Amino acid sequence: MSSIALPEPDPTICANRNAIVAALRSLVGEAAVIADDDGRRAFETDALTAYRRMPLAVVLATSTADVAKVLRYCSGAGIKVVARGAGTSLSGGALPAEDAIVLAVAKMSRVLEIDTANRTATVEAGITNLAITGAVAPHGFFYAPDPSSQLACTIAGNLGMNSGGAHCLKYGVTVNNVLGFKIVLMDGEIIEVGGKHLDAPGYDLAGLIIGSEGQFGIITEVTVRILRAAEGARPMLMGFNSSKAAGACVSAIIGSGIIPVAIEYMDKPAIHVCDAFAKAGYPMDVEALLIVEVEGSEAEISALLERITAIARPFGPTVIRVSASEEESARIWKGRKSAFGAIGRISDYYCMDGTIPLGRLPEVLVKIGEICGRHGLKVANIFHAGDGNLHPLILYEANDAEQVRRAELAGAEVLTLCVEVGGCLTGEHGVGIEKRDLMRVQFSDTDLAVQMRIKTVFDPAWLLNPAKVFPLEGREAVLQAA
Amino acid sequence: MQVVRPAVEWELASLLREAAERAMPLEIIGGGSKRAFGRSVQAAKAVVTSALRAISLYEPSELVMSALAGTLLADVERELSGKGQMLPFEPIDLGPVLGAETGLGTIGGVFATNLSGSRRVLAGAARDHLLGVRAINGRGEAFKSGGRVMKNVTGYDLARGLAGSWGTLAVMTEVTFKVQPKPETTATLVLIGLADEIASEVMCLAMGSPYEVSGAVHLHEPVVGRLWNATLRGAGGSVTAIRLENFAKFIAYRKERLGKLLGPYGEVHAVDEATSLAFWSELRQLSALQRQSTPLWRLSVTPTSGPKIVKAIAQHMQVEAVYDWSGGLIWLGVPSAADAGASDIRRVIAHHGGHATLVRAAPAVRAAIEVFQPLEPGIDRISRGLKAAFDPAGILNPGRMHASF
Repeated sequence: MSSIALPEPDPTICANRNAIVAALRSLVGEAAVIADDDGRRAFETDALTAYRRMPLAVVLATSTADVAKVLRYCSGAGIKVVARGAGTSLSGGALPAEDAIVLAVAKMSRVLEIDTANRTATVEAGITNLAITGAVAPHGFFYAPDPSSQLACTIAGNLGMNSGGAHCLKYGVTVNNVLGFKIVLMDGEIIEVGGKHLDAPGYDLAGLIIGSEGQFGIITEVTVRILRAAEGARPMLMGFNSSKAAGACVSAIIGSGIIPVAIEYMDKPAIHVCDAFAKAGYPMDVEALLIVEVEGSEAEISALLERITAIARPFGPTVIRVSASEEESARIWKGRKSAFGAIGRISDYYCMDGTIPLGRLPEVLVKIGEICGRHGLKVANIFHAGDGNLHPLILYEANDAEQVRRAELAGAEVLTLCVEVGGCLTGEHGVGIEKRDLMRVQFSDTDLAVQMRIKTVFDPAWLLNPAKVFPLEGREAVLQAA
Repeated sequence: MQVVRPAVEWELASLLREAAERAMPLEIIGGGSKRAFGRSVQAAKAVVTSALRAISLYEPSELVMSALAGTLLADVERELSGKGQMLPFEPIDLGPVLGAETGLGTIGGVFATNLSGSRRVLAGAARDHLLGVRAINGRGEAFKSGGRVMKNVTGYDLARGLAGSWGTLAVMTEVTFKVQPKPETTATLVLIGLADEIASEVMCLAMGSPYEVSGAVHLHEPVVGRLWNATLRGAGGSVTAIRLENFAKFIAYRKERLGKLLGPYGEVHAVDEATSLAFWSELRQLSALQRQSTPLWRLSVTPTSGPKIVKAIAQHMQVEAVYDWSGGLIWLGVPSAADAGASDIRRVIAHHGGHATLVRAAPAVRAAIEVFQPLEPGIDRISRGLKAAFDPAGILNPGRMHASF
């Protein structure tokens, strides 16, 4: 992919690279600054791998003080900064620029405090999502948001993108599970937002900063809410002959007053690919598969699954199977969580992340099929059905420029469709560069101006992750007109 | 005071545009239930949202509702109740403790002040349930943010940014929020006569159990004596109450297990469901703190530090406390004083962490001290920047939260 325009690098900054590297080294030490070609190349892209840019230099911060020093220097010298956690962004959120340094927090990965009485964990921002749960699990607790990349992605990146996951139906997304954090602003000022108490004084800065895609500051420490794990959890599989029946079944479950921890939907192409990869035991002859997971004691789980089964009956499921063991549950989830990787083994794919009102699912799936068919491309659909977050995976051949072009066109049409039916461009992956130019599909110039002014409050010179989120074209005009 | 009640969004927008041009301050009012909270606004004109009143979208199977900002909270809850649903964050009605009637609150006011009740400790705050807004800023610009789906990271999260901003950044015209099924059954376990430190342990232990406790409160004895519910009023000591909500089939098991867990701390009483519902319902309007004129504070603290903070404050003044949110929220009644105890309370809070807001006090007291927690310098600078970005002429509720912006 290549159709997204990236700004021309500032030649003065690029020409000054050696001096900048030297200055950074004097601030944070020789070892913390990567300036050689091979070293920098490891940071030239994120999980939107079609776009690559060599950064000016990479700083591997080891402390909040390091981050503050580097930002203060960059602010004074007018150098752009791209924050990076683990580089798992699917929207190009961590894509570098030739005239920007990458400031990575992945080395800051310590657990600072676990406080089970107050149900909080305080960690450095470079820790991985799964490592937080790993640290609190011995106490019987877990950290709820679970993006599919949780083994690799950092909590810093999760805050940047307000990441979700499969279990958000019950537990909410990142912003609902963070109590406070330390953030370094572009001028080097360190501020603490929130803390271990449940609400912060004044304006809801945490609400604004979480999901701001690294454009407001660099988050270095985070206090998250941890939850006591349920006594047990178990998924069940339900297969249907139509997306309509499966969608109606989800509505009926939620309408009945049961909130499962997760309701995941896969269409036939997704089922086949994922099962081939994970040997999950999915039924192969259905059009739509639901994975419904509930939690509680043994008796509660059985009662809930029975109730869900009874609710599902009228929708004519052709397969109903409750996981019979821990191993089977793990396989069922492995199939779903490795969907992206599994599909990546058979084809290049373009992962979309729109949201739609659940009631529109059947119609949207038909239209997505039509859109991709019109562009001569195949598509597999994965859907967090409980919360309306749809991931169509458009399959294409990356070495075929024409297919690349068509995949991007189809993707834009799919996201426009999501907005038209009442949804949005991105549910959990963020805008990044990928959906930047589609923002006007969802927002008016005034809507965008109101947002962009907030960026200016936090980062007056627009040095942090600058070419992301807002369309490049018309930025000046929008800000001036406003 | 001149009062205007715009009935449509463009009317409100043009009103604000005109006020901005003349730099004319406006007081922004929903139902007026909380006008006596915070600093009073010096404005010749008030904008009341009461004519923006309708439920514009309700999809029970998608757990989502949209309503115009002036819609009464009572109307929203009645509509939800008809489909067996509710606002999970259980917003409280602050009107009565402030001397206003009950039931005045609007849904816009609930989100503008981020009002959450006891279930907040399990389900999250009002702001956690706000999915989208339409609003007019202090420039008179109509804008939207968020949407009607639960997951949405398209652009900055302005909806949450407006939650708890007390009408100082923008006037919301429509809010879209997440709702939840009502629990089938409610049960409450009660322990009587616990000291604060022990009650704190009990609440934290309950919250750390796997039984999805949806309320953990502790009431000082004098407060208990003013409860409306006769059963609990006669408890004869402080009351620590732990709530379970779930399907009837599961409650017996969870009650039994939780009772065993808490047993070592004292006799665990189970009250009947009617008492249970009545108790949590009166807590939603802070029943026992009404009909008083003495100062009332709201402290937001790390739960386990609550008893230490109350004890430290008690060395300076007589206090009575209602601990909610497992001790993370303390409603603290103190005797009248020139500064309503602010200097001592804030000094203690500064030592232990957290923040304090003066909820009820005579107007002269509220005008003289910082009602909301004074902000740290970095936060203060950003907050002023936000105010200037949304409302450069400073027309929206000036001074409502902080004296200088």
